[in-house]
Amino acid sequence: MSTPDVISIGYLVAAVLFILGLKALGRPRTAPRGNLLGATGMLLAILVTLLDQSIISYGVLVAGLALGGLIGAALALRVQMTSMPELVALFNGFGGGASVLVASASFIEAVDLGRADNQLAVAAALTALIGAVTFTGSLVAFAKLQESLKWSGFGGIQIFNAAGMTAGVVLVVLVTAQPGEWAWLWALVAVGLVVGATATLPIGGADMPVIIALLNSFSGLAASATGFVLDNSLLIIAGSLVGASGLILTRIMCVAMNRSILDVVFSAAPVAVVGDGDEIYEGKIASTSAEEVAMLLETASRVAIVPGYGMAVAQAQHAVRDLMRTLQDSGVEVVFGIHPVAGRMPGHMNVLLAEAEIAYELLLDMGQVNPTFAQTDVTIVIGANDVVNPAARTDPDSPIAGMPILDVDGSRTVVVIKRSLSPGFAGIANPLFAADNTLMLFGDGRQAVLDVVTALVSG
Amino acid sequence: MTLLLAVTLFVLAVFLGMELITKVPATLHTPLMSGSNAISGITLIGALVSTGTGHTTLTTVLGFLAVTLATVNVVGGFLVTDRMLTMFSNRRKRRE
Repeated sequence: MSTPDVISIGYLVAAVLFILGLKALGRPRTAPRGNLLGATGMLLAILVTLLDQSIISYGVLVAGLALGGLIGAALALRVQMTSMPELVALFNGFGGGASVLVASASFIEAVDLGRADNQLAVAAALTALIGAVTFTGSLVAFAKLQESLKWSGFGGIQIFNAAGMTAGVVLVVLVTAQPGEWAWLWALVAVGLVVGATATLPIGGADMPVIIALLNSFSGLAASATGFVLDNSLLIIAGSLVGASGLILTRIMCVAMNRSILDVVFSAAPVAVVGDGDEIYEGKIASTSAEEVAMLLETASRVAIVPGYGMAVAQAQHAVRDLMRTLQDSGVEVVFGIHPVAGRMPGHMNVLLAEAEIAYELLLDMGQVNPTFAQTDVTIVIGANDVVNPAARTDPDSPIAGMPILDVDGSRTVVVIKRSLSPGFAGIANPLFAADNTLMLFGDGRQAVLDVVTALVSG
Repeated sequence: MTLLLAVTLFVLAVFLGMELITKVPATLHTPLMSGSNAISGITLIGALVSTGTGHTTLTTVLGFLAVTLATVNVVGGFLVTDRMLTMFSNRRKRRE
């Protein structure tokens, strides 16, 4: 059997392993095996690729593999679960960046050898554009998630982005029309890098799950487009599998926010806080103490806990676990209600609560938990805001009107743990805080929960 | 490979990807994302070929960067996914 045949068969097996891996990743029981299947497919693909006879200089390859492997392992093993969205954003960006570099290098080589035709050029151009947008878009998302970047753009940024995207399309046409002229490709990469950054800048924290999922999809599509440049079937297959799965997740996130993807990407950032929260709620807020909450919980038979991004910020997941155990020990039924876009990436809350060793059977999604609020004695909202805002249901003029929410206001008593009355990301007042059955427990999320646990144990 | 064949592969894989992912529980959204993200690091094998040919210094430098970035993506992606999934399954074992 010739070497190219061995490589082709290796790629086929790798593609099958990726498909089986993705399928297994979709079920809790089989997910660890799915990840292993994917990794095995990747290892096989790398090994058979190294058989390629056009590879003459292994030194550089080994250096790159070793350096990348070290960095990747260090990042993966040291990251905190609360920072998972940042890490996934960073990895997406690296994938996109790698695709741009591969496509550029191959295109330059093809031009030098006089082999660049229109088909190769259009594939290289699309890779350059998608990959460059993914690269800087992910880096900006990373910086915004880390909160090291607070700038959300300048006036007219939407027009700037539209102009940039138009320029990108024009350059794709130019690269394709004049494949011998690789200066166009550099211009295209430059435009892609700028647009990726400026398109992500205005996107706020609450929209991050959508953007992370979309960039995930883009990193797959960039790999797929690279496959067209290199005439490599495995890149095309694996890249488009990931592109498709990212799109599905993006769609799930959009549905959960009742927004379209175009709306998320192109709408201006929501107007910041209208007035001070305190004025809106004046006189209607019932503030409470940890001891009072503990007394409420002692008489409850069913408690629902609704976490949001604030729980991650306060690192309160372990305190929440302690609260859950204390309640369970005295016979209280505890469940968790998780909104699909709670947190900063799809499934973010589930990972945090899993880290705190909370069984995933207790994590109910929106469809499961909503019908049960009427039978719930106490619902504790910790660090969530817009996803429990009843204005989405009742006020057709609200910016979040129509967004599916967790109907926590249907439970007998709602305890909201929050630092202050400041509105959430969308800058909208939350009538839940002023509702008759709502008690506000002001303070740091972690400390407040610990205080309640202490009060329960000593009471 | 002809363009038509490549496009055929692309379209079929997109449909397959959609079929595979539709009914994933929310609990697994993050691991699914980081796991599929690691798979998108497949661009690494492209990087290996285009670097290894050692065409010019420029392409070798670009290729080295590509290999490094893609390897971070692949190794980091699979490892972090495994870390998360171990968290899920450890707890399950302890309960049983």
